Amino acid sequence: MARVYKWEVLKLLAQKRTYLGLGVAMAVPLIFTGVLIFKTGGPNDIPLGRYIRQTGLALPFVVLFFMSIWAFPLITALVAGDIVAAESHNGTLKTILTRSRNRGQIYGAKVLAAFTYTLVVIIAMGLVGTVAASIEWGFNPLTSLSGSTVSAGHGLGLLAASLALYAWPMAAIAAFGLFLSTVTRNSAAAVVGTLMWALFMQLLGVLPGTESIRPYLLGEQFQAWHGFLRTPADWTPVVRALWVCALYVALPLFAGYLVFVRRDVAGE
Amino acid sequence: MSDAPPVAARGLVKRYGDITAVDGVDLTVERGDVFGYLGPNGAGKTTSLRMLLGLIRPTEGSAQLFGRDPLEVGARALDGVAGFVEGPRFYPYLSGRKNLRLLGDLDGGVPASRIEEVLDVVELRDRGKDRVGGYSHGMRQRLGIAASLLREPQLLLLDEPTTGLDPAGMRDMRELVKRLAGEGITILLSSHILAEVEELCNRVAIIRSGRIIYEGLLAELLESAGGGYSLRATDPQRALTVLLAHGVEGARLVDGEVRFQAEPAVVETASVALGRAGIGISALVPQTATLEELFLGMTEEEAA
Repeated sequence: MARVYKWEVLKLLAQKRTYLGLGVAMAVPLIFTGVLIFKTGGPNDIPLGRYIRQTGLALPFVVLFFMSIWAFPLITALVAGDIVAAESHNGTLKTILTRSRNRGQIYGAKVLAAFTYTLVVIIAMGLVGTVAASIEWGFNPLTSLSGSTVSAGHGLGLLAASLALYAWPMAAIAAFGLFLSTVTRNSAAAVVGTLMWALFMQLLGVLPGTESIRPYLLGEQFQAWHGFLRTPADWTPVVRALWVCALYVALPLFAGYLVFVRRDVAGE
Repeated sequence: MSDAPPVAARGLVKRYGDITAVDGVDLTVERGDVFGYLGPNGAGKTTSLRMLLGLIRPTEGSAQLFGRDPLEVGARALDGVAGFVEGPRFYPYLSGRKNLRLLGDLDGGVPASRIEEVLDVVELRDRGKDRVGGYSHGMRQRLGIAASLLREPQLLLLDEPTTGLDPAGMRDMRELVKRLAGEGITILLSSHILAEVEELCNRVAIIRSGRIIYEGLLAELLESAGGGYSLRATDPQRALTVLLAHGVEGARLVDGEVRFQAEPAVVETASVALGRAGIGISALVPQTATLEELFLGMTEEEAA
């Protein structure tokens, strides 16, 4: 399995779209920093927005909020939606399925590679954002959402925990992308479909009448990291995000797996 | 490796909705065979090969490679088996060498020296570092063979390996197949290039509209169409009369020659009779059908 996973990652590294997504994830915090340097004011109405010039640690949190709407889902969809469909389209699926690996191993390696990519783009954004903003505004203590001040070191720990938690709903999007990639065998349809699904989940959360189900919608889980930034920490959204996202990950992955192991690989 | 035949398909059926692509195919490839799988386009050759490799599920029937069913034991059924269906496909953004390394790793890992060895066999060592996206069709076909050889196969399934190649590429590919067969590899070769099959194969199966209409030794197939003669004589009209009088039924004049079918003993008697009648024989030529004539006769029969 490790060898199959290694090659899935190497294949990603050899494709331009991988760097396109990664580049966007790294460019957005740089653009944010640049704009805030040259403009007065700031995103005061979003969590931690008003503290953005107090410490370099605040910017990645603000970018997380903005990118959750469509940028991160698109970046994830670009890879997850393509990872099976491109192989179907290029005919390489039959090449790898006639070697000594079972279909489940191939699928598992693709899932892990897509998740790895998702995690890497989140970490890259966090890293670039922290470094760029800290150069400009310093690596200072962070003001939490409850108004208390935490040391820069503790703030960095909170950022790491938030990024890790944020990876969960992103993994759910990746899982859906993989499912569509497997079922449609069409890269463009899978990428666009995944993005539409992510946007629909966000939209559902703001529609009137959805209040009762809102805590369980995927869009809501992108804000679960707020729990870490309260004093004391609010574990309710954190724990809920973990199990809700686990379901959003497991269901499409399992459905995709069933299709992948049983499908006819013909005329592709 | 068990004593089971390299390929044993029994009652293979594949339906797509109302369309039956393969209809009860029975196929046995024995060890050491270079087995030609012939049929017109759309006859079901590639679909059969896909089922053999476990790429698609048969609607009915089963396929076993060395006694193992890919649908039952998964990738293990392909131990000792390699090949490609509908042309080999590779990652265009990786080099030829990296593609082979990837496939070798999927097989559990192969030493770098083995990769160089198979690149040598297909004469691609110099281009191994180039991206496959820049390869010609012929180079990809050869890389496909190299990828198959990595597995050190005992059975090689090749689906129209010379299609799209220029004459020199076709010749090289045929030489390669011959060489591999000479090394004891069993080969199942799907093709509609009949001269190629005639040159390479010892056994053939002919598929038409999803059904096998002949399976057996190629030599026997060719012989089965033998027994015909063409006679050029000084007086064809009288020669015809003599032949008919000596029990050669169905003799007829065609373009100034007498054509007939008869057992060798009857032909001997008739030729003596022609001499006694004072008819000179300038040529008495046994007529054998080519594989192409037989193939077209068999596959167009039903269409007509």
